[in-house]
Amino acid sequence: MRRTFARGGVHPPQRKELTSGVAISSPAPPAIVTIPLHQSIGAPARAIVKAREEVACGQLIAEPGGFISAPVHASVSGKVKRIAAFPTSIGPSVECIQIESDGQDTWVPDVNLGASECTAALAKSPEDLLATLAGAGLVGLGGAAFPTAVKLRPPPGGKVDTLLLNGAECEPYLTADHRLMIEEAPGIIAGLRVLMRVLGIERAVIGIEDNKPDAVETMRAAVDEIGGVSVEVCCTAYPQGAEKQLIQAILGREVPSGKLPLQVGVVVQNVATAFAAFEAVVRHKPLIERVVTVSGGAVAEPKNLRVRIGTSLEDLVAHCGGVRGELGKLIMGGPMMGKALKSFDIPVVKATSGVLLMDEVEAAQVDEQACLRCGRCVQVCPQGLMPCDLAAMANHGRLEGFGDGADCVECGCCQFICPAGRRLVHSIRFGKSDYRRLKAAEKRQGA
Amino acid sequence: MTETPRELTVTSSPHLAGEDSVPRIMHGVWLALLPAAFAAVFVFGYQALVVLLLATLGCVIAEGLMLTLRGFSWKAVGRSLTDGSAIVTGVLLALNLPASSPWWLVLVGALVAMSLGKHLFGGLGNNPFNPALVARVFLLISFPTHMVASAYTPPVAGFGESSEKAAARYEEQVDARSYATPLTALQEAIEKSDPEEARAAIAELRRNYPMWHLFVGNIGGSLGEVSALALLLGALLLFWRRSITWHIPIPLLLAVLLTTGLPWLLAPDSFANPLFHLLSGGLLLGAFFMATDMVTSPVSPRGMVVFGVGIGVITAVIRLWGGYPEGISFAILMMNGAVPLLDKYFKPAKFGAAGRRT
Repeated sequence: MRRTFARGGVHPPQRKELTSGVAISSPAPPAIVTIPLHQSIGAPARAIVKAREEVACGQLIAEPGGFISAPVHASVSGKVKRIAAFPTSIGPSVECIQIESDGQDTWVPDVNLGASECTAALAKSPEDLLATLAGAGLVGLGGAAFPTAVKLRPPPGGKVDTLLLNGAECEPYLTADHRLMIEEAPGIIAGLRVLMRVLGIERAVIGIEDNKPDAVETMRAAVDEIGGVSVEVCCTAYPQGAEKQLIQAILGREVPSGKLPLQVGVVVQNVATAFAAFEAVVRHKPLIERVVTVSGGAVAEPKNLRVRIGTSLEDLVAHCGGVRGELGKLIMGGPMMGKALKSFDIPVVKATSGVLLMDEVEAAQVDEQACLRCGRCVQVCPQGLMPCDLAAMANHGRLEGFGDGADCVECGCCQFICPAGRRLVHSIRFGKSDYRRLKAAEKRQGA
Repeated sequence: MTETPRELTVTSSPHLAGEDSVPRIMHGVWLALLPAAFAAVFVFGYQALVVLLLATLGCVIAEGLMLTLRGFSWKAVGRSLTDGSAIVTGVLLALNLPASSPWWLVLVGALVAMSLGKHLFGGLGNNPFNPALVARVFLLISFPTHMVASAYTPPVAGFGESSEKAAARYEEQVDARSYATPLTALQEAIEKSDPEEARAAIAELRRNYPMWHLFVGNIGGSLGEVSALALLLGALLLFWRRSITWHIPIPLLLAVLLTTGLPWLLAPDSFANPLFHLLSGGLLLGAFFMATDMVTSPVSPRGMVVFGVGIGVITAVIRLWGGYPEGISFAILMMNGAVPLLDKYFKPAKFGAAGRRT
């Protein structure tokens, strides 16, 4: 049965064919990596190495800086060059550890890159497994980068019955998860079993969009033997891979507004996160690399690359034959929710699912006109909001009625569909932060 | 790759935009009105063509004038003039006027539509009332002698019949009673105080206006009131291009069918049947092309349904019991005024508001 979320959504051009048939390749580690300490939601990590210190690949270089935080590991072996603020995709000036590679790629002891047997690992206690995942610096690799271990530790009273593995990959262009499911299905399933054991549950569902029949097939073959795990196919529609939308599409449960999936007994993890969990537990390998889709009309050879965290986009693009033609926009992430960058001097982080080089046609700007009140933004909003009104409130600073704006996930459907080219998401983002500030001020006054 | 790339565009997400644009929508609407315009020119002859051209040209010139007065740059004026919205208002205005309209009446209408109807409120996107209807109602109230049905030009041709036959048929429809349109004839009939006479008038109405003639447009009326067939063709085009959705027109038409159908079911001899109401007057033009005007209709789907039902009920009430034979213009304008409230009280259900767990 074809499943989808209940309301809204759009069908942007897919353009996945650029890379969907390109197998993941692993270029040699870069000569230098710049590893941000703030790569996840929550507090930044704290550096525990000093400049000029020798580090091995996979060595812990920064500890979690709080409860919601994730450690950071060296992604090459070599010498710490410096610890300083660099421009990153998270912000223009983020504390980073820069490591110069010695070219040896020496790993910390007890990493076993070839291991694939997971029986022994799965026999460990859930607490041990959770500690391993936390120590490996796992964060959600779908893009939000929420520390995985925190998500797997439901607060007291929270009851989880289902793990939903997100293989929807609804962003156009991106095929990193798609290729990973084709090439590493057994590893993903092993990781899934680790996650299930940590959560202490027997049921997991893998949700994949129907534009990836080959991935559905390999994943189905891989889960064949395991009870309680199934692969469900959902329609190709954006934002099918948004957490709440996917839960609704696959499980038919509606997460209440303002609440977490936990509320309906579900934990959602990305397929790439499951693979990282497998690598952490079975191979003792911390999260120091990930698969990134490099695509777009302005890149010579679009590819899926397995690259070390901290690799500069310049190195990344060099592995893909460099820029072809006129580059219009450089985007980290997908075209619907990714960030436009103004330089290639930015490192890949744990949350980088794609790097897009849009040519001038793809990056063309639409003229902004007056809102026609056509209501299409309302029809496509998967969250059931009225984006045109929220944007107008934000633009005019009339925020009393802006409360619903908190439910906006910034998926971009409204702006995509807008015939007047209104920058709706942009306005709503400002509205959200202004509204938070307004409420905080009201609270202070009341107290 | 080492050379610094040229200046990159940096904007916030999303970085993709759909294909639809304001000009594409607006040009699509007047294109969808062309079947009705052709039907009008066929039925009324060159006079209809003159009204169509005058109204369109008048609206475009008035739009340019208003934008210039408001101090827009030449570039902005040019962009607004080519976005097609003034053409839509022009064609709609023409379709709301009789072929007999004198040239000055059309031009006054165009000026009123663009000034009072549109730019006084801030131009495209900001006007609360449909500009073409503001102009129509302005003209109807200011120049009733030119806007009542008895002043209408008779049709010069009919679909599927020779011009002689059409003329003869029209003689029968009009001269016998001096009523120019189906709805004026209906109004006269239902206003008869003697029930016997009223029933006779209704029966005659039925003879004079067979459904087929109402459907193809072999009747009198304003330019856009004649051919239901042509209007439906245009409506199909709008649906196909996704310029309109069912949320407004379908509830509107159902509301008219129900409201006019109830008295007809109770006393079929004294009332016109709902299908007659559906095919006569400006109902289809209003339902598919004017109530659906994006700017002046609600943005929330549930609001749109209430909006449509409201227009339908008010139209039917005016037709059955009001002082005017046709009520769609007033109904749309009234509901236009209710749009901000509808958007406020009929918001879509927020995701997770129900908090169901299945």
